[in-house]
Amino acid sequence: MKRAANKARPARRSGPTPFAPAQVSSTGELADLQRAMWRVISRPLTDDSRMQPRWSDGRPTSAVAKQIAKPNDRLTSFERLEIYNRMYWFRVLDSLYDDCPGLRAVLGDKKFIALAEAYLVKCPSISFTLRNLPSRLAQFIRQYPRYTRPHTALCHDLARFEWARVEVFDTAANPLFTVNDLLDIPAARQGRLKLALQPYLQLLRLDHPVDDFILAVKQREAELLRGDASNAPSARRRLRERKVTLPRRARTYVAVHRLEGQIYFKRLEPAAYRILIALRGGATLEQALATGIPRAKHSRADWAGRVQDWFRNWMELGWLCRR
Amino acid sequence: MPRQFPRKPTSRGVKPLPRDSVPFMPANKFNGYTDYGIGIGLRIPHYDHILSRKPTVDWFEIISENFMVDGGRPLEVLDQILAQYRVVQHGVALYFGSADGPNREHLRRLKTLTKRTKTPWLSDHLCWGSVDGTYSHDLLPMPYTRAAAKRTAENIRMVRDYLELPIAVENVSSYTEFHVSEMTEWEFLTEVVELADCGILLDVNNIYVSSKNHGFNPYDYVDNVPHHRVAQMHIAGHTKFEKYILDTHDHPVLDPVWKLYAHAIKLCGVTATLLEWDDKIPSFDEVHNEALKAHEFIAEAREAKIPAPRSGLARGRARPLGAPRT
Repeated sequence: MKRAANKARPARRSGPTPFAPAQVSSTGELADLQRAMWRVISRPLTDDSRMQPRWSDGRPTSAVAKQIAKPNDRLTSFERLEIYNRMYWFRVLDSLYDDCPGLRAVLGDKKFIALAEAYLVKCPSISFTLRNLPSRLAQFIRQYPRYTRPHTALCHDLARFEWARVEVFDTAANPLFTVNDLLDIPAARQGRLKLALQPYLQLLRLDHPVDDFILAVKQREAELLRGDASNAPSARRRLRERKVTLPRRARTYVAVHRLEGQIYFKRLEPAAYRILIALRGGATLEQALATGIPRAKHSRADWAGRVQDWFRNWMELGWLCRR
Repeated sequence: MPRQFPRKPTSRGVKPLPRDSVPFMPANKFNGYTDYGIGIGLRIPHYDHILSRKPTVDWFEIISENFMVDGGRPLEVLDQILAQYRVVQHGVALYFGSADGPNREHLRRLKTLTKRTKTPWLSDHLCWGSVDGTYSHDLLPMPYTRAAAKRTAENIRMVRDYLELPIAVENVSSYTEFHVSEMTEWEFLTEVVELADCGILLDVNNIYVSSKNHGFNPYDYVDNVPHHRVAQMHIAGHTKFEKYILDTHDHPVLDPVWKLYAHAIKLCGVTATLLEWDDKIPSFDEVHNEALKAHEFIAEAREAKIPAPRSGLARGRARPLGAPRT
């Protein structure tokens, strides 16, 4: 079939595609306007925290802003959108800043902000809550090591650790597993028992002892706060100049847990870590012990006492729960 | 420019007046036919004070998103509060005006929380904040067009039907206006709430802030919203800069806002009111004293025996869209 004459087709517009719709008369156009504004306000700020004067294609950002926002008698379109641009970045950067004291201590504020900005450009929030903002930071650090060199491995550990602290704070807790629950199970079947771990319990295998490092960072921050409250400027300066020593590489197993609303870290022996990981993976008690305890190193009797101590401690801390 | 950004709701404490002295509380279907008086925001710096001293407070407003979690301290504190106080949920991330529509996981968590709090109504903002699944965590202004109002109303209805609760939408403070807008903000608000058949959380501070930023008369705004739909009011402090005002919620309420509030109370009747204080939060008692000021204006309205406004009879019922402006 021959195509009808072109006269019925609207003439193709010349010039650049409009950045924002000229009207909003449908949901599609509403989405287009919202996308346009989001592109403007989520664009990184300049070094002096202003909206970038040039758009990504080289034209003035003011030309883009004019298509979206009306000026008023005091502010241009650019300046009105700049308020939102700045508010967006201040909000999300402040949120990450608060959540990542360890990363900040390693990188210093300037490098940390560069990392955070690059991360948020690549991984903007996909959650209704700022709580989840650091959820992909560890993965980003591994994928883009240039922002954390020469401490990428340490920063990766810290991002995992700091995210674990977020998770442990408000993840669910199930009813505790008690000795009475164990009494209901015949002794012959106790080896096949499947124990569950509290959903909030975070088990980490790390390449650096970042638990101690975080405690040292927190302690220094507390000292700085106390220093700020004192009238001795020299003492304050000494405190600011004293940095926390970076941890050396060392395989470390840590549980991040909570007790009565407070977050705690607990160093684990490798075997204890392996047992807990196996239990979390759905192994029976028997399987978990077989997975966790190395075969020939010590006699079974040596291990029995330690394993009993671990389980007693885990029960006391409320880590074991009913399935 | 300051490194400052608008904050969301905060708190305060108020002693309730005896019930029989509150004859003209406009309990309506948009606030679940309640007469809650003056509430305060539940904020972390006040947890210890509230839990240890148990001050008398009509009700607490919580930010829903802070408690849409599966466990831990947030829910432990909330349960202790719920054991002694009435709680109303106020959200900051439903984004009724987003073209995307509501997020299912968000709604599921929100509904779980409403079962816990038994909130008689639920409020969130007349704004957008997410697009294509990406979140700005800001309350971004709407283009005031009929298509946007229709989409927003659809989203509100969807949320209301899912949550099975009355919804009140709050006007936001804004710093920009769109070329595409076809009507005033109060006309847009009216269009949305009429289409959605929902309530209004009238934030008089936000009206004041936007009026200064955009150059309209805030009294025109208050006069022209459907008063019978006002389920709740917000008051707060703001910060003036050289060329604009920022809704910072880090100050006591300023006099022009109190005056506007008094005017709104006269039109809407005694309405559940909340003082927001979200940044540089002072002691519970200081916030409490600030909130107590609202009682002065409410007492005046009470003495004046203002009847609850009715549909269509409210002064300043917005003109129908399409009618010529006068």
